[in-house]
Amino acid sequence: MSAMPAGIIDCDIHPSPRSSADLDPWLERRWIEHLRSYGALRATHYPVGAPYHKSQPNASRRDAWPPEGGPQGSSLSFMQSQHLDANGIATGILSPLISAQGVRNLDLSIALCRAVNHWQAEVWADKEPRLKASIAVPYEDPEAAAAEIRHWAGDRRFAQVLLLSRTSFLPGNRRYWPIYEAAAECGFPVGIHAFGNSGLPVSSAGWPSFYLEEMVGHAPTSQAGLTSLVIEGVFERWPSLKLVLIESGFTWAPPLLWRLDRNWKALKSEVPHLRMSPSEYVRRNVWWTSQPFDEPEDKRLLKDSFDWLGWDRILFSSDYPHWDFDDPARVLMFPVSDEQRERFFRTNAAGVYGL
Amino acid sequence: MTRQIVAAVADFPPGTRRRIEVDGRGIVVLNIDGEYFALLDRCPHKGGSLAAGVLTGLVSSPTPGEYAYLKQGEILRCPWHGWEFDVRTGQSFCSGLKTRARPLPVHIAPGSDIVEGPYRAETFPVLVEQSYVVVDA
Repeated sequence: MSAMPAGIIDCDIHPSPRSSADLDPWLERRWIEHLRSYGALRATHYPVGAPYHKSQPNASRRDAWPPEGGPQGSSLSFMQSQHLDANGIATGILSPLISAQGVRNLDLSIALCRAVNHWQAEVWADKEPRLKASIAVPYEDPEAAAAEIRHWAGDRRFAQVLLLSRTSFLPGNRRYWPIYEAAAECGFPVGIHAFGNSGLPVSSAGWPSFYLEEMVGHAPTSQAGLTSLVIEGVFERWPSLKLVLIESGFTWAPPLLWRLDRNWKALKSEVPHLRMSPSEYVRRNVWWTSQPFDEPEDKRLLKDSFDWLGWDRILFSSDYPHWDFDDPARVLMFPVSDEQRERFFRTNAAGVYGL
Repeated sequence: MTRQIVAAVADFPPGTRRRIEVDGRGIVVLNIDGEYFALLDRCPHKGGSLAAGVLTGLVSSPTPGEYAYLKQGEILRCPWHGWEFDVRTGQSFCSGLKTRARPLPVHIAPGSDIVEGPYRAETFPVLVEQSYVVVDA
């Protein structure tokens, strides 16, 4: 493959606390004691852990344990040497997947999200200007989530608002509109990262038996979420809102848009609030991150997805340090022009995030 | 070909591994129950360092519901995407579409009957010369 462009923007990096105590500096004593006594319950079967056990420790690369100890992604210096420096990353967008969003005790969720945001800003972004934080919001309390967004308005350490793909209701539901209103008002893109706990199965047809099924289930979850956001009229209501779908694939998008457009033409009278076709809203308001990059036998088939969606739509992401990491040197395994490579690795993300 | 000393036998006990560089190429050498194996330290899938992978076995199934656990301790799993390689041959066992449909006899298979994948990690001969472990790379 040809040379990589300078200054790659990686749109999905996962920082981890060394332990939950790392958030204590920004939590009131009351919540620290509450966490020690009761934990942070989410909408899962289990008080701790994930519904599906991960295939690697902390769902992360086994070569990413920091030499000084702690879980993968918990050491800034090791992240700098193993990823930012080694892979030529000029800017990395942090996606903190920490039990804060989606916590069922809403007051605790509000407190944890505020702590996670301070932690990202002060422990990561302040110390490493290549890293940008994401505003974790307590999305099941949308008014509080909007307040969290406005709290950080104008703070250049933050690149976007972070939601997870499995909220209690579909993301276009009007209960969540305060979040989109605040994001549009403050000029933050909204990133929706795969995962989260809705209490519902990852499949609309029931609980799968295997982790592998959950892994491929993120794509249909994301399709349902995107469909909801478009059809409910979120992009009609906030034309400037930027949506980034993170870690749920993108090759599914062209046929979904074909099907949406076909049905919209037949059923327009049901959704008169939509003044454009679904694909027109998506082409104006939506972007996708690249990882996990599909791997067909003939890699050139992937070029069709880029051509259909537009070379301005896909943003490189690595998912470092998670186990399904994509190496920027081995991700575009088919012929592309210099301009296309530059867009994919750098300028698309620079435009979306205003970098 | 370069003959490279890895370590003295006494310093390289069973259950341990070493990573060496030969002519700029990383090589992982493993001592498994007194037997030595060497592979290029670069996963043929996406280039992950196999030296950080766990040793495991191969769970083989001729049909849903029947399983055999083979090659115990002789399968090296990549620390990135979990691809598995036989330390003896470097063979991967992720069957592609072409081999998936092939019917398999319903019995506990010896290693040679297992469906092989399209990738093979590069392996190197490891010798014990007097009291040193050496690799030909």
